[in-house]
Amino acid sequence: METTTMSMGTFLWTSLGAFLTLGIFSFLYKDNPFYKFAEHLVVGVSAGYFVIILWHNGLQPNLFNRLNDGNFYLLWLNSAHWWYIIPAILGVMMWTRFSHKYSWVSRWPIAMYIGIATGLAIPLEMKNRVLTQLYASMRDVQWNNFLGNGFLDNTAGFSQLLVFVGTIAALFYFFFSKEHTGAFKGVAKFGIWILMIGFGASFGYTVMARISLFAQRIQILDLYTESSWADSAPGTFLFVWFIVFGIFILLALVEFIRWLGRAKTA
Amino acid sequence: MNIFERMMSVDRRWVFLFLALVCVLTYKVDFEVEVRVTDEVRKIYNFIDTLKPGDYIFVAIDYDPNSLAELHPMTYAIVEQAWRKNMKIVFTALSQNGPGMADQAIRDISDSLKLVKTYNGITYPTRDIVNGIDYIFLGYKPYPALVIAGMGQNFRLPFPTDYYGTPLDSLPMMRGIQNYNQMKCVIDISGTSGIDMWIAYGQTRYGFPLALGLTGVMAADYYPYLNSGQVFGMMGGILGAAQYEKLADNAGSALDMMRIQLYAHMVIILFIIIGNIGFLVSRRAKNQ
Repeated sequence: METTTMSMGTFLWTSLGAFLTLGIFSFLYKDNPFYKFAEHLVVGVSAGYFVIILWHNGLQPNLFNRLNDGNFYLLWLNSAHWWYIIPAILGVMMWTRFSHKYSWVSRWPIAMYIGIATGLAIPLEMKNRVLTQLYASMRDVQWNNFLGNGFLDNTAGFSQLLVFVGTIAALFYFFFSKEHTGAFKGVAKFGIWILMIGFGASFGYTVMARISLFAQRIQILDLYTESSWADSAPGTFLFVWFIVFGIFILLALVEFIRWLGRAKTA
Repeated sequence: MNIFERMMSVDRRWVFLFLALVCVLTYKVDFEVEVRVTDEVRKIYNFIDTLKPGDYIFVAIDYDPNSLAELHPMTYAIVEQAWRKNMKIVFTALSQNGPGMADQAIRDISDSLKLVKTYNGITYPTRDIVNGIDYIFLGYKPYPALVIAGMGQNFRLPFPTDYYGTPLDSLPMMRGIQNYNQMKCVIDISGTSGIDMWIAYGQTRYGFPLALGLTGVMAADYYPYLNSGQVFGMMGGILGAAQYEKLADNAGSALDMMRIQLYAHMVIILFIIIGNIGFLVSRRAKNQ
């Protein structure tokens, strides 16, 4: 692997990152103060970052800059874009949630937002999730291209037939107005198999995702170690890692003493 | 407690430790794992590969640091491919901590383009990536559904300025660019439910070609959209990213992770088998 050098600032920040990574993984052993510290830091930093992003990317360009040409003492009514005051007022009305007496005021902007969102969502979701999906699951089966390029080819007739039959069979499983006996039971059983294959695929992908998270941290820690050793200040590297590992060794010692105590009592 | 009962009650921490050891050891041993490219990934690669220099594509980087491991490699491979072919990119980041991810990716890939590299037998010369000429980064706005719908009318409605505070009209790349109509495709690389909004409020409403890059957890849920033609291509998790890196001949962290994935999965399957043997034998003994 190609070794690179990192500046002192990068080194210290990356060391903190390495420490937080180990702190988070220490939860796999059990809940502990290092995990708690790392967890709270993530939540706090995310919240702080989000507030700043909202200010610089939301309020400033979309509201304040647009009312910039107006006068504060005239409540920006003389601005060329004076109508931006309306969403600003609606936004302020949301803050009345904090008052027991005036919290009813916040219902107006919420009602307006829900109204707009619903109006937008219903026709689009109907087309997106219902009509297009229904059409896709009931296509004409291409008998002349039944196998396509293998049975996993989703344009092949076999795949289209499987989607149709699988959808109907899965729906049969959830039909409880008739007792699951005879042929009905067989179709429902095929339906549950289809569902299980779907859940299995989801589970497999989830395992892959979780391993990816760990693998990426291994890559980062490895890169960090390679780069840090090449740093011009190996003394600092050793010092930081002495602290990082020192903390974990202390934690392990405390646990070991506790375990000895429990073993003695038993 | 007999051996089969023990097999069912292995302390999960031994599983974690064993898995961690296997992952670290596998990472340190250098060998290649064969990756087979699926059609849904190949379609995205081919689509971008056939675009002309100067064409515009839209890349939505809708993920937070918690999905970085799986989704950053997709972004790096796709954006580098597009920039090497002199395409122009409009970026957004519609998840809360997404702007940091997008900013980091843009800087890293820009640095990579300063080097002469050969991909799939073609040597690409060095070039500087310039904000406002080769790309614009629109940044973040809350309520993704309304932002996506608004951009369909005009990018300037939700984004009067770019992420760095420059008015869109003063950026050379944005001359004559109004909305999705000028984009050859939209690629949403997402670890959030924002993907549903791109499908509903973007693709369904405006009809642009949409491709998805998803985390592994989400991947299985979005195959119906591939089957219905609402999305033309899809990369699922780190495997999708590795397939794209292979197609682009740009080996990165995704391909590097595949050997860890291989052995980690074998360990997990092994523990599943051990647990099931323990369960089945214990149940049989109990019934007898």
